[in-house]
Amino acid sequence: MTARTRRTLTAATTAGVLAVGAAACSTPDDGKNDGPADAAVVGIAYEPDSLSPLLGYGKDGNSKIFDGLLTHDERMRLRPALAAKLPEISDGGLTYTYTLRAGVRFSDGEPFTADDVVFTYRTILDKKTNNASKTELDAVKNVDKKDDKTVVFHLKYPYAPFAERTVLPIAPQHIAGRQDVNTGSFTTKPIGTGPYLLSRWSKGEKLVFKANPTYWGGAPKVKKFTMAIIKDDDVRATRLRSGDLDGAILPPNLAATFKSDEDLRSLRAKTYDYRTVTLPSGNPVTGDRAMRRALDVAVDRKAMVDGILDGAGKEAYGPVPTDSEWFTKGTERHHDLGAAKRTLDEAGWKPGKGGIRTKDGKRASFTLWYLTGDKLRQDHALAYASDAKKAGVEIKVQSGTWEVIEPRMQHDAVLAGGGSPADPDFDQYTLLNSALAGDGFNNMAHYDNPAVDKALTEGRRSGDKAKRKAAYDTVQRELAKDPGYTFLTHIDHLYVLSDQWKSLTTQVEPHDHGLASGPWWNVEKWQPKR
Amino acid sequence: MAAETVTGARRPGLPWLPMARLVGRRVLFAVPVLFCVTFGVFAIAAASPFDPVKAYAGTAGLTASQENLDQLRANLGADDPFAVRWWNWLTSALTGDLGDSTSLRQPVAQVIAERVGWSALLCAVAFALAVLVGIVLGVLAARRRGGLLDRAITFVCYTLEAAPPFWLGLLAVWLFALKLDALPAGGLTDTSSEVATVGQVTHHLILPAAVLAVSQLPWFVLYVRQGVGDALEEDPVRGARARGLSERTVLLGHALRSGLLPVLTLIGSRVPELITGALLIETVFSWPGIAAATVEAATSVDFPLLAALTVFATLAVLAGNLLSDLLYGLADPRVGFDG
Repeated sequence: MTARTRRTLTAATTAGVLAVGAAACSTPDDGKNDGPADAAVVGIAYEPDSLSPLLGYGKDGNSKIFDGLLTHDERMRLRPALAAKLPEISDGGLTYTYTLRAGVRFSDGEPFTADDVVFTYRTILDKKTNNASKTELDAVKNVDKKDDKTVVFHLKYPYAPFAERTVLPIAPQHIAGRQDVNTGSFTTKPIGTGPYLLSRWSKGEKLVFKANPTYWGGAPKVKKFTMAIIKDDDVRATRLRSGDLDGAILPPNLAATFKSDEDLRSLRAKTYDYRTVTLPSGNPVTGDRAMRRALDVAVDRKAMVDGILDGAGKEAYGPVPTDSEWFTKGTERHHDLGAAKRTLDEAGWKPGKGGIRTKDGKRASFTLWYLTGDKLRQDHALAYASDAKKAGVEIKVQSGTWEVIEPRMQHDAVLAGGGSPADPDFDQYTLLNSALAGDGFNNMAHYDNPAVDKALTEGRRSGDKAKRKAAYDTVQRELAKDPGYTFLTHIDHLYVLSDQWKSLTTQVEPHDHGLASGPWWNVEKWQPKR
Repeated sequence: MAAETVTGARRPGLPWLPMARLVGRRVLFAVPVLFCVTFGVFAIAAASPFDPVKAYAGTAGLTASQENLDQLRANLGADDPFAVRWWNWLTSALTGDLGDSTSLRQPVAQVIAERVGWSALLCAVAFALAVLVGIVLGVLAARRRGGLLDRAITFVCYTLEAAPPFWLGLLAVWLFALKLDALPAGGLTDTSSEVATVGQVTHHLILPAAVLAVSQLPWFVLYVRQGVGDALEEDPVRGARARGLSERTVLLGHALRSGLLPVLTLIGSRVPELITGALLIETVFSWPGIAAATVEAATSVDFPLLAALTVFATLAVLAGNLLSDLLYGLADPRVGFDG
C-alpha cells in the first residue's frame, strides 16, 4: 500500500467516523528543503522546571540561552566564557578573582557587567530564593565587585573544585532583579548572553530556540533549534524514524534498530552515570563489613553490562568510572562467587534453612527498593538479588516512589543513581562523608569511615592535583575494603542523529542528562556538511 | 415550518422571571459548594503521600542538603497546617490574587489564561461532535429496533462505554500516528513549527477531539435511541403515520422532537464526565490545556494551582447542571423552574 492510498484511506475513514469533512485533514507538506541544514529538531526525555539560572537552570553549563563565567570543552576542561581568562586563585585557595570579557551584551542590548555576576550569585545564595542546588555554592562566603570588569569570590574554606561551579549561567540584573525571583516572568521568558534566544516554550511539549545573531562567540550556523520533550522511548524512536525529529536520545535496544539506516548516525557518550546499591550501616546485615565485601564480589557486573545495558556501559567499582583519570587502578573487584562464600563462612554467616545464611540467629536477608517505573533500576535490582541468592543472601526486591522509599532508607537498601563528571569531589563527598549521613538524599547508606572522611576533606581543600589524586586514591581503596555501597554499572548514553553535521562530539555526561547533554551540548558550533 | 408556529402560539415569550430566579438560587447554592470543595482539595492533597518540597526541587532535591530543603519548605509555606493554607488561599483568592503555581513557576492566573482557550476548544469540538454523531446514530438505531444496524450500533456503544478514554487515546495514537502516520501523535503544532496556525491546530485537534467525542458518544446514542424509539410507538406518531405523512417527517418532525427531551438533561450531566475525559485525553495527547495542568498540579502537590483548577471544574459542573435544567424547563413547560 503506498503512502498516498494509505493517507487517503485514513482520511476517508476518519471522515466517516467523525461525519465531518475530511478537508480539515489536509496535511501540510513540511518537505525538507535541500539547502544547508540550518535547523534541527531533537527529542529529549526531560524538561527543565524553570529557565531561570537563579532557580538552578543550567547550573552545570550548556544552558544555550546563557553563559557562565567559565565553560567546559568536549574533554571537560574549563575554558573562559564570560570571564576573559581562567580565574586567579590566591590566599591559599580562598580567593578567586575573575576578569570579565569586554563588550558582551545581553540579547536585549544591555551590556553585561560585574553587577550581573554579583547579582546572580547573591540571589542564588539568598535564603528566599527557592533554589534546590544552592548547597553546591556552600563554600562561598561572599562575592564582590572590585571594578566594572573584575569580580572576586571569597570562600569560607579552601575548595579546590570551586572554579567548576562557576559554569553556572549569569542572569541580567536589569531584568531579573526587578521581579519576584521565584515566580517572575523571567523564569519562563529568559534573557541571557548566550548563543540562542528562547523563541517559544510550550511546557510538556517543546522548547524552541533561535540563534542569537549578535552572539559574542559568533552567530550559530544552526539558526533554529527545537527540543521536543517526549518522555516515552518508543514514541521518541518512532518520531525519529518518521523524520519528525533529526535526533534523539534512545535506550540501547532502540538505538540498535537504527544501525542499518544510512542517513542516521549513532553517538555514544561516556558518563559518570552510576547505578549502585546502598548498604545502610544501620541494618545489622548490610552494616556488616564481611557481608558488604561478599556482596561486592558476588555480583556479576559484566553480566549486567552485557545483559541489561546491551554492552553500552562499564562495570563500576565506585562513583569514579574506570576510564577517568581520577580512577584508582587496582581497585577493580572481579566476580568471584567462591570468594564471596568464603568471606561469609569465615565471618560466621553459616548456611541455614532454604540456603539462606544465618549468624547469631540473624538471617542474611534485607529489602532492596527501586523507583517504581524505572525499568533500568528494576533490572539491576533483580540481577543483584539473584547474584546474592547464589551466595546465600536473600534480597527482597520492592518498588516504590521516593515518598515510600525515603523513610526506609536508613534501614533498607536502595537502588540509587547519580554522577557528576566535573570533579571527583562532587559525587564522593556527598556520597561517602559521614557528616552528611542521611542529610536529604546525601550519603543514603550512612557510610561512616574516618579515613574516608579525612581523605575527602584533603581532596577538596588541596589546590595541588597530585595531593588531590592521592587523597581520592585513599578514598577508593578504603571503599574497596569496606564497600558500603555495591557499585554496579556506569551507563553510556546513546544518541541517534541525522547525518547532516560535521564532527559531532559528546562530553562526559552526568546522571541528569536533560537539555544540556547529548551531541547538542555545543549546537552553537555545529557546521552543516554542505 | 408548521411546528414552529405551533410552539410560538403556545408560548408567547420566554419565562424570564422564573429562569432568573432559578439562576439566582443556583448561584447562592454555589457558594457553600465551592467552600467545601476547596477545603476538601486542600485536605486530600495534605493527606497524600506526595511532598510539595520534593516535587518542587525535582531531581535537584536528590542532591540537596536537608538545610536547603528545610529552607525551601519554609519559603513555600508548606509547613503550615492545611487549614491555615486553605484560609490564606481563600482570602487572597477573594481579593483576586490566585497565588503562584509552584510546579509551573508562574502566576496561577497566567497559567489558566494561557490554557483555558485550548481546553475549551477541545471540549467544545468534542462535545458538539458527540451530540451530533450521537443523534444521527441514535435515530438510525431507533428506526428499526432489533434490526442489524441497531444491534451493531448498540454493541459498539456498550463496548466503547466500557473502554477507558486514555486507552482509546493510546490506541488511536498507535493506529493513526504510529502505524498509519496520518495524524500527529500529540501537541498543538508540528515539532518544528512554532506558530499555532489554524491549519496546524486543526490537524492536531482531530485525534484528541475525536477520541474525546467517541468516549462520550455511547451515552448520547443510547439515550437518543431509547427516546426516539419510545416516541415512535406513541399515539401522536401512529396518528401521523395514519395521516400518511412521510416516514422522514414522522421520524424527524415528531419522534425526534419528543425523543430528544431526555438528551437535554444528559447534556448538562455529561459535563463532569467530559472534564474527566479531557483530563486523560489532554495528558495522552500532550494537549497544552487546563486539564493537563491539573494532572501536573495534583502530582506535584501544587496547592494554589490545584485549588484554582478545582474551582474552575466545579463551576463548569454547576453551570452544566443549570444549563440542562433551564433547557429542560424551556422544552417541557410541565417541569418548570423550581429546582
